[in-house]
Amino acid sequence: MTLFTRNNDLVCQEVVELITDYLEGALSRSQRRRLEAHLAGCEHCSEYLEQMQATIRITGRLQAEDLTPEMREEFTAIYRRWRAQDD
Amino acid sequence: MRVGLISAIAVPRRGRRGTPVDEDGELVARLQAGDEQAFVQLVSRHHAAMLRLANSYTSSPAVAEEVVQDTWLGVLRGIHGFAGRSSFRTWLFTILVNRARSTGVRERRSVAVGDAGPVVDRARFDASGAWMSPPQHWIEDSDERMQAQALAGHIQKTLGELPARQREVVVLRDVDGLSSHEVCQVLAISDANQRVLLHRGRSHLRQALEAEMDRA
Repeated sequence: MTLFTRNNDLVCQEVVELITDYLEGALSRSQRRRLEAHLAGCEHCSEYLEQMQATIRITGRLQAEDLTPEMREEFTAIYRRWRAQDD
Repeated sequence: MRVGLISAIAVPRRGRRGTPVDEDGELVARLQAGDEQAFVQLVSRHHAAMLRLANSYTSSPAVAEEVVQDTWLGVLRGIHGFAGRSSFRTWLFTILVNRARSTGVRERRSVAVGDAGPVVDRARFDASGAWMSPPQHWIEDSDERMQAQALAGHIQKTLGELPARQREVVVLRDVDGLSSHEVCQVLAISDANQRVLLHRGRSHLRQALEAEMDRA
């Protein structure tokens, strides 16, 4: 998606598509400079960036349940069966 | 839709970045020496993350369990040949992905079709590409609600609805805490491809959070 811009400045609609590359450190130095220049003057895109960071944080709080005692027994049995075959 | 055995935990950060590789190293050495407890500890450490990934290949919990068990058998068979060139976790997840793919449990992958548009609705920008309907401020509220576990179900549901490729990448990166390099190795995708999938997946999740926070 390329939007018409009169100069080299990024517009908001382009910024939201570059956010992940920015967070991943995958932008070129000049792209990064342009994006940061936009963020410095655009509270909405700054808010958007913070929301993406919050999303990552919140997703990272999902955790898996621990292995139940039954599952421990099950995997101990799997190991023993395998040892028996392997020997 | 389900995403394995995910449950929310109110305490932030505890272990959420995954397990340090060197701790695995010690257990791997013990397993190579025939220590049964080391095996059970390795399973315990990685099982849930593996189930999450396996569940992104199949809608059947039983099939996902089978794929994970099969993966651990593969680990037992191959552990003596494991030389530690990649981390144990990368090796483990690579076996899992290969098992899941070869088992042919790929029905959920077809969902990805038609997911190529912009990540934010065009209607929210004016003709010049500037925000017309800008994002509202809800970050603190969402953090609080996540602490209270009120958002966990919503995030899980949205994860379950993502196209499978996006879900794989987001789960591995943001839930299980693998690095981009590890994810590329595990899924056998390029760095650029990984970023695109991550971008789309995370953007979907942000949008779902926004909708939920607007509704509240």
